Amino acid sequence: MSLFRIAWRSIQQRGLASFLTAVSMALGVMMVVAVLSVHGVVAKSFRNNSSLGYNQIVGAKGGKLQLTMNTVFYLSKPVENIPYEYYLEFVSATERQAGLRNTIRSEIHQAQWETLNILLGIDSNSGVPLAGLGSKIAGELFEARGQQLLDLDRGGRFGQFTAFAIPVCLGDYFGQFRVVGTTPDMFDKLRHGPASDQPFEFAAGRNFKHWSEEHGYFEAVVGASVAREMKVGVGDGFSPSHGDPEGARHGDQFRIVGVLEYSGTPNDRAAFINLEGFYLMDDHAKPIDVGEFDSLPDDAESSSAAEDDQPNHAEADPEFERLPVEQREVSAVLIRNTSDIIGMSMSNSINEGNDAQCVQPIREITVLFEEFVGPVQLALLVVTALICVVSGISILVSIYNSMSDRKHEIAVMRALGAGRSTVMTVILLESILLSLAGGTVGWTGGHALNMAASGEIEARTGVSVGFLSFAPPLENLDLWGLGPIIGLMSPELWLIPALILLAIIVGFLPALAAYQTDVAKSLGA
Amino acid sequence: MLVLEGVKKSYLEANGDILPILDIDRFRVGQAEQMVLVGPSGCGKTTLLHIIAGIGRSDAGSIRIDNVEVSQLSEAGRDRYRAIKLGYVFQTFNLLPAFTALENVLLGMTFARGKKDSQRARQLLDRVGLGSRASHKPAAMSVGEQQRVAVARALANRPRLLLADEPTANVDPANQQLIIDLIRETCREEEITLLLVTHSTEVASQFDRVDRLEDVNRVVSKTAMKVS
Repeated sequence: MSLFRIAWRSIQQRGLASFLTAVSMALGVMMVVAVLSVHGVVAKSFRNNSSLGYNQIVGAKGGKLQLTMNTVFYLSKPVENIPYEYYLEFVSATERQAGLRNTIRSEIHQAQWETLNILLGIDSNSGVPLAGLGSKIAGELFEARGQQLLDLDRGGRFGQFTAFAIPVCLGDYFGQFRVVGTTPDMFDKLRHGPASDQPFEFAAGRNFKHWSEEHGYFEAVVGASVAREMKVGVGDGFSPSHGDPEGARHGDQFRIVGVLEYSGTPNDRAAFINLEGFYLMDDHAKPIDVGEFDSLPDDAESSSAAEDDQPNHAEADPEFERLPVEQREVSAVLIRNTSDIIGMSMSNSINEGNDAQCVQPIREITVLFEEFVGPVQLALLVVTALICVVSGISILVSIYNSMSDRKHEIAVMRALGAGRSTVMTVILLESILLSLAGGTVGWTGGHALNMAASGEIEARTGVSVGFLSFAPPLENLDLWGLGPIIGLMSPELWLIPALILLAIIVGFLPALAAYQTDVAKSLGA
Repeated sequence: MLVLEGVKKSYLEANGDILPILDIDRFRVGQAEQMVLVGPSGCGKTTLLHIIAGIGRSDAGSIRIDNVEVSQLSEAGRDRYRAIKLGYVFQTFNLLPAFTALENVLLGMTFARGKKDSQRARQLLDRVGLGSRASHKPAAMSVGEQQRVAVARALANRPRLLLADEPTANVDPANQQLIIDLIRETCREEEITLLLVTHSTEVASQFDRVDRLEDVNRVVSKTAMKVS
């Protein structure tokens, strides 16, 4: 009969006390496993999102972290917006010119040109011989002046440094989920995954269009979690609520044309609507100073000349007119630079100005993780470890209390030839068995909890968790300079030596009592 | 086989007085001999057995078993010697309540660090008439049955010397003879030296050699003289 069996029999003999002690240890370990799993999910989610597909965010001056949280994770509220024209500084000359055609200034200039043509036409009819030539020269001069006035003769200041720039407009909600006004580039150009090489896939439907015959400017795509929780799919419509999940609903309804596959990114939990549609909703037009445009003709706002130059659609919507650039703002612009060095130079240039700020989201997220999330997780880990220590002390109390009753047993074992070290080993094994049994139950319970919550975890973070998913190594935890060792393997595997060590420590006192048992005296008892 | 010479033992009382318990000039038991030591309660019988078993230590003197000087052994050495060479039947059986009858018998083998011979353990239980109760725990057994298990446990390691401390004191008369017969027969078959301590004249009368402790222990004889 092995010493393990002797220890196990002693545990069985004190059934209820042993059971309660093991349960206490199980709860402690279950909490440790839960905290480690949460850490694992957060770390994995962080890793998944550490390659955002873009390297810079340009937004209003203010908190860098808030801009990052708001833009990357759709958390918190946007502080301020930046002018749409500023966004046009990140696009090519063609795109910029197309964008600026849709300005009130352009409308005025166009109206003035038409007026001049009418005047020149009257002169021509009156028989002035050089009227045709005059008209041509005047037209060229007027166009040149227009180029100058509308600032059309150049590309965006940062356009040549930018592989793509995607505007996002935030502030509305679909249920509890954020609504993101953006362009189709969000899913056409943006990639995700650790290597930023995975396109966003559609579980159903397609990407929204800049303009479609079917739904005009009012198409939308929803993330997988949004579709699941709001019970919507392709063909359904929704009206975003303004500024707050409980806010007033806009009158305009967007038609869902696509549902994203789970990507494990924050995009799972957002609804994306066409930027043009976003601008056309009530209260989304920036108020303008009327005095600035004194010469605005009555029909200037309804001119459709600029729309003909739009790259993405050639047809005008009969019901809606696009919002002029002066009345547009964006919450942020997601930018991918042509190279990192150029990105830094561009960032410095933007930050030196007064119009906007440029942040590197990865840096902000890393700082957040290391300076906030990491310590919080460490604190949680310490608390749960303390719970385990308390559970360990309950083992100590349980065994130690039994020692007075067990002195006779120990004396009998000694009389049968067991040495002091043997009875000490039996008590330590008892402590280790209780600790490991509790630990095993706790580990199983913790992982069962993980499995039970796996659907919700996957829906919220995109991280899949199975029963046998081990928490990843605590790479950022450098306790007493042991970081490299701690980071070697899953912290759950460290639980085994930790529990054995704890059991030896708490079992030492009762084991010492066993060691010191006076055999002759206890046999007579 | 067993030789005690000049063995003395005394205890320190709470008031600081020294209380002599044993003072044995010479005591000897031969190889495979079966003898009884009789004496009244409190005359140091159990203390003597504890000293022979190495559970307690004498203040002076020599204890030799098979020419091994037990009193000179270290504590670990005495533990080992006790596990391998000695069998001990206690007055109160001292079975461990958490273990079955079979496990109680195997327990002695475990501490002897030898091969755990389950077959022998079962044979011994058969021998004491408890083969069918091997998986029963002491609480489910009668007092007589418990003492029979204790006898089987004491014999498990084929000891050279069996010490039996009032083995029938707590047993009903029907079982008394059974237990004495078991002990004597097994010791005879396996050539085990038997030193049985009792105050029962009925038990003592069955042995060829019966020593009175007051004849062996000078402390008891002095006390007896004072009383008389």
